[in-house]
Amino acid sequence: MSAIDLSVELGNLKLKNPVMLASGTCGYGNEINQFMDLSKIGAIVTKSVSLKPRKGNPPTRIHETAAGMLNAIGLQNVGVEAFLKDKIPFLKEVNCTVICNIAASSIEEYVECVKILDPEDAIHGFEINVSCPNVKEGGLAFGSDINAVRKITAETRAVTNKPLIIKLSPNNSTIADYAQAVKDEGGDAVSAINTLVGTAFNIWSKKPVIKNITGGLSGPAIKPVALAKVLEISRNVDIPIIGIGGISNWEDAIEFMIAGSKAFQLGTINFVDPAAGLEVIEGMKSYCEKMNVTKLSDLTGSYEL
Amino acid sequence: MITEDAIVESLEQLEKNIYLLKVKSPLIAKDCYPGQFCNIKVSDTNPLLRRPFSICDADEDYLWFMFEIIGEGTGILSRLKKGDKLDVLGPLGTGFDLDGDFDTAVIIGGGLGIAPFPFLTAHIPDEKEIITFLGGRTKDHVTTYGLENIYIATDDGSDGIKGNVIDLIKKNESLFEGKKVRMFSCGPNPMLKALKEYALEKDIDCQLSTECAMACGFGICMGCVTESEETPDKYKLVCVDGPVFDARDIKL
Repeated sequence: MSAIDLSVELGNLKLKNPVMLASGTCGYGNEINQFMDLSKIGAIVTKSVSLKPRKGNPPTRIHETAAGMLNAIGLQNVGVEAFLKDKIPFLKEVNCTVICNIAASSIEEYVECVKILDPEDAIHGFEINVSCPNVKEGGLAFGSDINAVRKITAETRAVTNKPLIIKLSPNNSTIADYAQAVKDEGGDAVSAINTLVGTAFNIWSKKPVIKNITGGLSGPAIKPVALAKVLEISRNVDIPIIGIGGISNWEDAIEFMIAGSKAFQLGTINFVDPAAGLEVIEGMKSYCEKMNVTKLSDLTGSYEL
Repeated sequence: MITEDAIVESLEQLEKNIYLLKVKSPLIAKDCYPGQFCNIKVSDTNPLLRRPFSICDADEDYLWFMFEIIGEGTGILSRLKKGDKLDVLGPLGTGFDLDGDFDTAVIIGGGLGIAPFPFLTAHIPDEKEIITFLGGRTKDHVTTYGLENIYIATDDGSDGIKGNVIDLIKKNESLFEGKKVRMFSCGPNPMLKALKEYALEKDIDCQLSTECAMACGFGICMGCVTESEETPDKYKLVCVDGPVFDARDIKL
């Protein structure tokens, strides 16, 4: 029965299964590991790490919306040094595949972070966050500038041989062009999508609910948008895609694979159901049995249009 | 902290707007202490996020939660029936600190802010005095369930004195003046802010249970931050470092 091969390959990154936990929705692993065994998950993507610690945005930072939520955390994180000292030992201990997500305000800072983190064996790859919508510098400004994405990919590629994933923004009209740019500059894969820019107002005070005014929309509400972006990349660019956007159960996960994802990330659902990753793995197995699929990765891009 | 499928035992309407839910949740019940909370999944789809509730009381096997019907989430809770399953994540957060030197516990609750206090009241050692000050908009917003030695203020004067809970405390200062007091409070932010000022001015030991919009409740979404006096370059998380803070430690 368990002869189903769940493993996937993203360039030179091999995962035991395609289930990844998205950056910013699983911390640095220690909390979520209390709800499930992280070593069973394909990979976890750390909360964004930047060169120096970041305080993040003032509250209110989050707000629930119809089938989703807005967040404007502002990349609060401990910085590279404390990450290596305080967070990596735990990740080593649980023996999970770790993708380190990196955020920066300048191209030089991305390069510097990758350089410092590259020698650490517990880090199996990098996901470069060129698309955070909630910080003034970097973030979205890079994510919607194709030349910046090209340059960031090329310059981080130059300092690491580890798998290099670029996390793309949906807040532009031509995501396939960005994916092509990543491929051209030597990136191994793209993650699609980061959150969509959104806002909400308190109608009595007439003020935005989120102090940052806008936030990133995530959750089931964005799933159709994310699927369409994955499909667009899949139809136009030959690069491994990690699908992200509102995946809440195994059915959603399978849908992303059919649309062209090799792997996928669970995000907002981790807040609600911190063991969702394991449930998705079990659900996919039974789908494969029913559909007589022996190799899960055969589903990738299996759409019939 | 764990997720546990709790079983609804009873749902009681305490006041016009206030309900008390009792669920069988032995693993969480055995592991919690006053001031902690649980994050409850009220629906599979809508609302999407769990809803945080103070643990109102707990014994060996059961947990009690107090709530007011505000939106969809509490609406769903108010329709639960005995035997229904409820996905509860807990116990969460840092609760009230009962250690140390005090002989009088002054409990201050604003509106539904009284929710954690039946549990606290039951845990305060018998030799210590308890004085409880409650404030609410109207008498329908005040419940005395599980509390002792109670003084009340309402905005419209429909129960107790007319005014807010800070007015009530000031009026009754003689009850605790000269004693070794520790204040335990929970309520809306403006109330906590006023109380913090009062306690600092009078140099009274004061613990504030705060609330903040949060997604996960266990420290990964980083949504529920509060400014800290201790560590100005770093926010504290309401869900992990709190919800209970020393009045001196946080900016409100």
